[in-house]
Amino acid sequence: MAKNPQSPNYDPADDPKVVTASEGVKRGKIPNELPPETEAITFHQRFERNATLLLIASLGVVSIGGIIEIAPLFWLENTIEEVEGMRPYSPLELAGREIYVREGCYVCHSQMIRPMRDETERYGHYSLAAESMYDHPFQWGSKRTGPDLARVGGRYSDEWHVDHLMDPQSVVPESVMPKYAFLMDAPLEADNVTDLVETHRMVGVPYSDEMIASASGDFRVQVDPFGDYDGLLERYPGAQVRSFDGQPGVSEMDALIAYLQMLGTLVDFSTFVPDVSR
Amino acid sequence: MTDNRKIDPETGTETTGHSWDGIEELNTPLPRWWLWTFYATVIWGVIYTILYPAWPMVSGATTGLLGYSTRAEVADEIERVDLSNADLTESLVRVDLGVLEENEKLHRFAVQAGRSVFAANCSQCHGAGAGGVVASGYPNLLDDDWLWGGTMEEIAYTVRHGIRNEEDPDARFSEMPPFDWMEEAELDAVAHFVRSLSKLKHDESAAIEGASLYADNCSACHDENGLGDRELGAPNLADAIWLRGSSHDAIMRQLNAPRMGVMPPWQARLGEAEVRAVTAYVHGLGGGEADVGKSEVEPTQ
Repeated sequence: MAKNPQSPNYDPADDPKVVTASEGVKRGKIPNELPPETEAITFHQRFERNATLLLIASLGVVSIGGIIEIAPLFWLENTIEEVEGMRPYSPLELAGREIYVREGCYVCHSQMIRPMRDETERYGHYSLAAESMYDHPFQWGSKRTGPDLARVGGRYSDEWHVDHLMDPQSVVPESVMPKYAFLMDAPLEADNVTDLVETHRMVGVPYSDEMIASASGDFRVQVDPFGDYDGLLERYPGAQVRSFDGQPGVSEMDALIAYLQMLGTLVDFSTFVPDVSR
Repeated sequence: MTDNRKIDPETGTETTGHSWDGIEELNTPLPRWWLWTFYATVIWGVIYTILYPAWPMVSGATTGLLGYSTRAEVADEIERVDLSNADLTESLVRVDLGVLEENEKLHRFAVQAGRSVFAANCSQCHGAGAGGVVASGYPNLLDDDWLWGGTMEEIAYTVRHGIRNEEDPDARFSEMPPFDWMEEAELDAVAHFVRSLSKLKHDESAAIEGASLYADNCSACHDENGLGDRELGAPNLADAIWLRGSSHDAIMRQLNAPRMGVMPPWQARLGEAEVRAVTAYVHGLGGGEADVGKSEVEPTQ
């Protein structure tokens, strides 16, 4: 069998199915002279044996997946309804949010009320995309060891939050939440808050130059009910001004409670008409 | 390559035709059940994306032939449940709270609904069993000692508007000023007198000295005999129930830097029907007072 490449008598030149490079040019075929046992060039073998072709084709395939996954992000704005009341976080709330992220609160608490009756009965109106549009990263979470916090703002008094963060079991005996009493003893300086606000502007939160210029002042005045907080309220409508932990100065406790007391309170649901197609 | 394919004599399966130093590979086909399941899921996937919202487009996603929407579904479900209780809910919103108990069916509905409302919204401060966290100043709702009144209407008002919060201008409000401007000895005397009001162990002579200080500074809100004033949310000091502790130290702390409870307003969050439901539940926990004779307060315990 001269056709069997393993046979000592085999000569590739006699094999009509072998195309050499020189013949290939004439016949308009792709050369396949190596390895000699090749019988036919299948569609896929062309890719396997031509690195450039393989690279181009791989790029094509990956692009299809990429376009499907990435392209919609460029029209992400479409998925966010326009709602009344959403504003960027005030500097103190933003600092509190950093503590929320640092302490890993999202590991046990979600911030995502799903559109289901049992959830809306317990937590309030289901969450809207607009409510996390200034979150970098979002805090939707994926697990509820503790309750959802998307609308915890205004639900409890500041005193309760202090008691609860200091010693959760003192108010909810069955709670498994760890104690965060150290937040009370951790003073929070305004040094980094301007950078923090600028960083959030860099990733797309519409902080104005004025907001950045007054960030450290706004940060301090939000815990001072006797201070001049008119500017703060103008820049961040609906911001709550008071000493959240009941102690003088700004502690991490102040910032975290300011953040918690704001959660879910910004959207004006009296003007909200749900777009049913979403 | 196909030239080298052959049937493996051991298994009866075709080989792939690849040979590595004489070692060949069986081309065992996929199990049919697996392959057909795979095809079925592909077909299901295509049908699903046609029927349901799926593909993201430039200005929103495809809506799907069935017109399904999560928001519409949840709105429908809420409406269905609301409608199923519509009669009871409507009667509850209209009924005069003072006579709610006479309508047995409606009252039972209100108490059951209120139990759920309480568990979801109130238990965090007042405790799952409504026993409060007395040492931290979250009032016990089981006893008959009320700061702001224990009739249905009074409880409902407290639930609607809350206490000392900033959100609701109609919130119940009062403020005990700090008495840290007094001499330490004077405060000590007042504390002894306050303890004497509820027959707790105290220093007789200090209490006598404290009596006049109490009359001058405290009696306007807490009453001459320490019975308190519900109009002002001033606690009764002559009973055995102490929100922030009855020890001498606790009273001194409260005189120097009074702590006052804050309760959020619930009207906007719960709505009138749920406010009334939770009122009926709390009223029925044991301490609820009838509308008539609400000024009756036991002089001593």
